[in-house]
Amino acid sequence: MEINIDGKECSTKIGETILQVAERNYIDIPTLCHNDSIKPYGVCRLCVVELEERGRTRIVTSCNYEILKDNLIVRADTERIINIRKMIIELLLARCPEVESLKRLAEEYGIEKITFKPENDDCILCGLCVRACSEVVGRSALGFSYRGTTREVGTPFFEQSSSCIGCGTCVQICPTHCITMEDKDGKRILKKWNTELELVKCKICGNYFVPDVQLNYITEITGIEKEKLNLCLDCRR
Amino acid sequence: MEKRVKLKSREELKNLRDSIIKNRDESIPCITVCLGTGCRAKGAEDVLNEFTRQIKNVDKAKITYRQTGCHGFCEKGPLVVIHPQKIFYQQVKTTDVEEIISETIINSKIVDRLLYIDPKTNEKILQENEIPFYKKQKRVVFANNGLIDPENINDYIALGGYSALSKVLFELKPDEIIDIIEESGLRGRGGGGFWAGSKWKYAKNAKGDRKYIIANGDEGDPGAFMDRSLMEGNPHSVLEGMIIAAYSISNAGEIPVEGYIYVRNEYPLAVKHLFLAIERAREYGLLGEDILGYKFNFDIRINRGGGAFVCGESSALFASIEGRAGEPRAKYVHATDRGLYDKPTNLNNVETYANVPIIINNGVDWYRSIGTENSKGTKIFSLVGKINNTGLVEVPMGITLREMIFGIGGGIQNNKRFKGVQTGGPSGGVIPESSLDLPVDFDELTKVGSMMGSGGMIVMDEDNCMVDIARYFLKFLEDESCGKCVPCREGIKRMKEILDDIVEGNAKMEELDLLENLASVVQDASLCQLGATAPNPVLSTIRYFKDEYITHIKDKKCPAGVCKALITYFITDNKCTGCGACVKVCPSGAILGEKKKPHKIDIDKCIKCGMCFDVCKFDAVIKE
Repeated sequence: MEINIDGKECSTKIGETILQVAERNYIDIPTLCHNDSIKPYGVCRLCVVELEERGRTRIVTSCNYEILKDNLIVRADTERIINIRKMIIELLLARCPEVESLKRLAEEYGIEKITFKPENDDCILCGLCVRACSEVVGRSALGFSYRGTTREVGTPFFEQSSSCIGCGTCVQICPTHCITMEDKDGKRILKKWNTELELVKCKICGNYFVPDVQLNYITEITGIEKEKLNLCLDCRR
Repeated sequence: MEKRVKLKSREELKNLRDSIIKNRDESIPCITVCLGTGCRAKGAEDVLNEFTRQIKNVDKAKITYRQTGCHGFCEKGPLVVIHPQKIFYQQVKTTDVEEIISETIINSKIVDRLLYIDPKTNEKILQENEIPFYKKQKRVVFANNGLIDPENINDYIALGGYSALSKVLFELKPDEIIDIIEESGLRGRGGGGFWAGSKWKYAKNAKGDRKYIIANGDEGDPGAFMDRSLMEGNPHSVLEGMIIAAYSISNAGEIPVEGYIYVRNEYPLAVKHLFLAIERAREYGLLGEDILGYKFNFDIRINRGGGAFVCGESSALFASIEGRAGEPRAKYVHATDRGLYDKPTNLNNVETYANVPIIINNGVDWYRSIGTENSKGTKIFSLVGKINNTGLVEVPMGITLREMIFGIGGGIQNNKRFKGVQTGGPSGGVIPESSLDLPVDFDELTKVGSMMGSGGMIVMDEDNCMVDIARYFLKFLEDESCGKCVPCREGIKRMKEILDDIVEGNAKMEELDLLENLASVVQDASLCQLGATAPNPVLSTIRYFKDEYITHIKDKKCPAGVCKALITYFITDNKCTGCGACVKVCPSGAILGEKKKPHKIDIDKCIKCGMCFDVCKFDAVIKE
């Protein structure tokens, strides 16, 4: 099957997303809530493209639009699309004025100042942390609370979750770097999640290296005894 | 006590119908009292109880009574209609009951003062169908609302209920039924206007080991109560339509099929009547296994909403039923392929389903004779706002806005000037005077920047501020947004901020341009139709009432006298008698003055509540 993106004929398989095809063909479509390791969510709307079908154009998100028909025509670079992207960036920048990745996007799209009343948030509600914790780690320690303009990410009741294993996946995947993880005095602290986890010492070098609950989880899913696991990565070598 | 029986064949249904009709004497007086929510709010229950109490003293053979669903003329409730003469009594109080019984029932005399008076001719009108409010209507879906007790399935059966189902099961094949619905031109009544027949066809052809039929009774538009009255007043009509859909889409039961009615919890009477209707239908063998003796199984469950407007959106509705947070998802795959639990699902509004038995019973030609080229049939509207005749109206599509507002609606209250009519709820727009001769249907209103939507029609006069109206709808949608996608969550909030600036007199003209650009992005890039249609009220009011926006921005004035920050109340010396009536009602102690001398309002203390304006008998308080 073929799909035409910005004038370039690209080959595609049925069920692939427009974004997958674009990336493979070095066509740059910006994203914020997307990550190849997890299912697309389609909420930042930055990846929108114009899709032409039977003479009519509609706007779709390329991250989760599955290609099921042949010879679709996609435009990722029209004035309408650029205008949408600019506005999305402006809206997010107004919400989170200090976030580096947003400032970089703003510069790329020629946005010089924030048009709306700036707020002081650092989370863009992309949901990557929530989805990664659920789909990749399998713990689902994070979720969305409330709704609308008061929507927030966090653990249930914003208390330490018994599901959190302190793996740091959320820290790594967050595009605004608003999630921190620090090891201090034998504890792993994830301040944003009000979480403090007891660390375990390596049985050879004696350094704290991993939360106890994480070892329990690894034991649970691999069947390997805990005693065989409390070796830090350096000593394991 | 009338018969209740499990029907195991179409003959048994027909026999039951015949026996109910035979055992009811239509000639003896029957008092019907409207117990729709509107009339209940005005005390109709007490009126019915009074009738029940007093009828005990009358010979039972001479009189019956019945509670019914909403008659539609909510402005004039409580409504009581006496059969068989069809005498229409309005604004009935408990103190009127004795006279009605003694005069009308026993002595066959009319109680004149309870009749409707036509304000144009000052004529007293005897029968419902002669009243101007009803004359221009074509009550098809609501035809039986005033005649049946929604808690009594026998009433529905006596008037032909479930005969369409009987015909469908024993005379028609699934493809034939879908052809009929397609040919009829029935379009979704919930706002989307999608061709129902096509939807049924997609659902029938979709692959799945299980299919779902769902009725959307989540009616969330402010000011809309059409679906409420339908579910309260004639729940069986919805069930019958659903069973017919289930039979067609499951290919006569070849694929297992289940039904849900998603009804908002804020409609307790609708929930109650739907629940009762389902129980009765099961009892009568019209739901459950082997419906009417035919090898087809189908049952319906009720799912109550949790209070979110967004759950009226199909994918959010499915999420809600599944127990997940009511948030929409991308709709690139249609619900007819993957809907509830990822199975082929047919979702239609309750009013859409109620049209189905009517089409089956009366035929495609008859149905197509009503309405316009692309909008066949009737539509129920809630006609509310600054008009004389508030209520629910059912009209053939193609009737003009003018006929609805000035014909049926009786014109603007208090002889004020018409300013605009808001249609389609938060997804719609405001239509000005210049477009009053537009026919009302799915396509015409969309051309002028509004939409017919689910049927809400809010009439506004010179005392309504269009900027304030736009702000109102944005506030509503900001509250109801699920918050998942950026354009809706952040965009609507920022649009409302600009509107706040405008109504407070703090805006600059550049903000209008920003508002329009932001609006177009929210329209284009939102994940679901809540966001995508959110800019409509703003864009349509800017289109038709731009001067009003400019006056707010440049002159910092609100011509309609609504926006509090832009109005000032003051007392004119030469009219004020110093009576002190305003001082008594002022909540902030802002009015000062000596007795019998002209008073003065302290602008710094005035909170613009308008109480002094309302209470002054000398027109001395001016609002500017």
